[in-house]
Amino acid sequence: MIVRLFILLIFYSFSANATEVQERILVNGLKVLVKEQHRSPVVVTQIWYKVGSSYEPSGITGISHMLEHMMFKGTDKHPAGEFSKIISENGGRENAFTGRDYTAYFQTLEKSRLAISFELEADRMQHLHLLADELKKELQVVMEERRMRTEDKPRAKLQEYLMAMAYVNSPYKNPVIGWPSDIENYQVEDLQQWYQTWYAPNNATIVVAGDVLAEEVFKLAEQYFSAIPARTIKPLKPQKEMPQVGVRRMTVQLPSEVPYLLMAYKVPSLKVAEKDWEAYALDVLAGVLDGGGSARLPARLQRGQKIATSVGAGYDLGARLEELFLFEATPVKGKSLLDMEIALKTEIRALQRELIDEKELARVKAQVLAHSVYEQDSLFYQAMKLGMHETVGLGWQTSEAYMQKINQVTAEQVRTVAGKYLVESQLSIAYLEPQSMSTKNKMGANHAH
Amino acid sequence: MRIKQWIAGVLLAWCATQVFAVAPIKHWQSSQGGRVYFVQSTGLPMVDIRLQFAAGSARDGQHYGLAKLTNRLLKTGAGAWSADQIAQRFDEVGAQYNASVNKDYAQIQLRTLTDKRLLDQALTTFQAIAAQPQFKEGDFQRIKSQALVELKQQQERPAHIAQKAFYQALYSQHPYAHLSSGSIETVGTLTLGDIKQFYQQYYGAKNAILVIVGDLTEVQAHDIAEKLYEPLARGKSAKPLVAVTLPSSGKVEHIDFPSTQTHVLAGLPVLSRIDADYFPLYVGNHILGGGGLVSILFNEIREKRGLAYSAYSYFSPLAKKGPFTMGLQTQNKQRKVAIDVLQKTLHDFIEKGPSEAKLEAAKKNITGGFVLRFDNNRKLLNYVAMIAFYQLPLDYLETFQSKVAEVSKEDIKAAFKRRVPENLLQIISVGGSGE
Repeated sequence: MIVRLFILLIFYSFSANATEVQERILVNGLKVLVKEQHRSPVVVTQIWYKVGSSYEPSGITGISHMLEHMMFKGTDKHPAGEFSKIISENGGRENAFTGRDYTAYFQTLEKSRLAISFELEADRMQHLHLLADELKKELQVVMEERRMRTEDKPRAKLQEYLMAMAYVNSPYKNPVIGWPSDIENYQVEDLQQWYQTWYAPNNATIVVAGDVLAEEVFKLAEQYFSAIPARTIKPLKPQKEMPQVGVRRMTVQLPSEVPYLLMAYKVPSLKVAEKDWEAYALDVLAGVLDGGGSARLPARLQRGQKIATSVGAGYDLGARLEELFLFEATPVKGKSLLDMEIALKTEIRALQRELIDEKELARVKAQVLAHSVYEQDSLFYQAMKLGMHETVGLGWQTSEAYMQKINQVTAEQVRTVAGKYLVESQLSIAYLEPQSMSTKNKMGANHAH
Repeated sequence: MRIKQWIAGVLLAWCATQVFAVAPIKHWQSSQGGRVYFVQSTGLPMVDIRLQFAAGSARDGQHYGLAKLTNRLLKTGAGAWSADQIAQRFDEVGAQYNASVNKDYAQIQLRTLTDKRLLDQALTTFQAIAAQPQFKEGDFQRIKSQALVELKQQQERPAHIAQKAFYQALYSQHPYAHLSSGSIETVGTLTLGDIKQFYQQYYGAKNAILVIVGDLTEVQAHDIAEKLYEPLARGKSAKPLVAVTLPSSGKVEHIDFPSTQTHVLAGLPVLSRIDADYFPLYVGNHILGGGGLVSILFNEIREKRGLAYSAYSYFSPLAKKGPFTMGLQTQNKQRKVAIDVLQKTLHDFIEKGPSEAKLEAAKKNITGGFVLRFDNNRKLLNYVAMIAFYQLPLDYLETFQSKVAEVSKEDIKAAFKRRVPENLLQIISVGGSGE
């Protein structure tokens, strides 16, 4: 039954994946990707720069994100705020986001207005105003953002401390938003230099998805972007993470109500994996553990043993550097974090000893295939996948080949990667130990080892 | 200023080529008398199906959290299947199930591929969840203890504390006054008997709407509607909720909390779904604090003063007067400054209304970006469910733009003055003292 369903799904996704991605590289090195989809008269534009927090030297962590904020502060032609005003008056939605390996800006517009995005993005790629007064205010905004996202959220802080412990020299140890004392001390010159170093056509990819014709998009891209000169982009230093040689443990004591656990195993991303299949097998492994209500973690730890209130596992194969395979869990009342840790490790051991059931494998694959249809309901998501894969250096084709690669993963491969990577010596583990919320406790982290 | 000219050209083109029609909503009643709303959306072999009941947290009575817990329990055993089997039946065909509750309604939703065998398995499971939940004691205890831990964790969040106090201040004795998650005390006392009774009272065909959006024919949609409504109890439609009375006086309340930021919420109960002032208030708020990176509040709080990362205002129209909410988060020592700016911005807006230029820009944003509101199945489903549940005219989306265009500066000023009495504003802040 399952096998038959599975075959049907493959057939389906084929017919739905009819539109191919089209690519054009301008003379200045700007890459333009177009995914035509004519379901609604809408166009999504995203411009992806190859720069993010993992590019940042110490002392100015978070500067990619700070620059992302400053990109809305005006150019020679369009003063501060006008970018957003023009997009808004054209019925558009816009924003931007920064990650470890990219900084991206996007607009969604009615399809005939694509040129408005292009004109504005081409302008701020070259002529950004970086003024001390604007920086002073925006720096406060980013500090508030950090308070909101991290400082007042015990679980977010736990994650920040865990990353800083799990990585020794990889730039992934720093938070995307930056450390507070770095944020407080950015100078205009720092931002100017960051902008000049990384904001160039040959360090960017434009992704356009929606009710457009690729040839017309390429023509518009030529018109607005081709005059921007290319720059020499210096190759990044590899900053290869030191091998981990034993478990790392940490207890974080913060005012909070509920204990919480994070476990992180060092694993290769697709980019750094010696063999590609290892990354895809790790992805399937995450699906076996946490892909839907019938996956092992909810089925066994929430419903079966009733030990977890919430539990999850995750892996992102699309990172530029060595990655972490993460587990998170909240124990039920009456169970300790140690009980929780033991239960999770028991599940991991089972994956190392026994092959997963063929039914489990088929289930994960069926979900991936169904998802490949569902995701086409969102232009934004489709564009995002292409932009991300291209920007971390995997190439957008990787995103198109994903389903096929997942299909080739075997139960034996899943057992192999579980045995090779989810091992004690590669583990970093953090406990959140709640402290009373009523009195003001000193916030801090203690290394147990 | 090449871009300005260019934009003018595009606007003309836009008027001339605006042929994208909103897909029509087909509406009928199933043979059991259940209301059905269907929009055909072709191109992707998938469908979204939602059953929505007037069974939101406003129906909790004294058992705060009852509506939500009932909704959550549905998938933990239904028909012949256990929680494990239900999860397997969805996962193995790649279907996605979710459920949620707000103040007015509870809903369950299914996203599945439309291939017959896959659709049938997902739909049969969905049907059992809606019509034959098992409500077993073991599952109830498990979900209840999960909910209690979640409630405890919410106590870590200043945003949650603020929201709870805000609704209490706005709604006092009204059933909108508590959060749908309830509280540790009230959820702790819930029994399986409460759940079963709530389900029997509110999960009937007469109290439901069914919305289907996807790549199906009308005949297929008819079959699905029959299949889903047939086993449901007939039930009866829930009684209308009591009217909301405004707070008798204004309020400024600060709650101490060990956080680095103070969360501020300010507002009043104002807008219901069917309301003569809907469009002036909606367009006015778009200018005041709704329109993303260009609103007056965003400009005053963030762009001019760097006081907060997010600053916004919005109306949440409900069956009865839903809240008007203004909000921001700022470091503790700036609390008073930020609240002053918030109040002054609202005051100026009520007194002077928006400038003509801002009104024009807002209208351009709303109409120029109109298609973005339902450019995929999920957004469309949300709109259709809103229209269906609140019994808005089926051409609501078609007439939306012209109603926005008709709004004048004077309409906005008058509506805000009448409907948002500043002297009754409820202001809640949660955070550290800032010393």
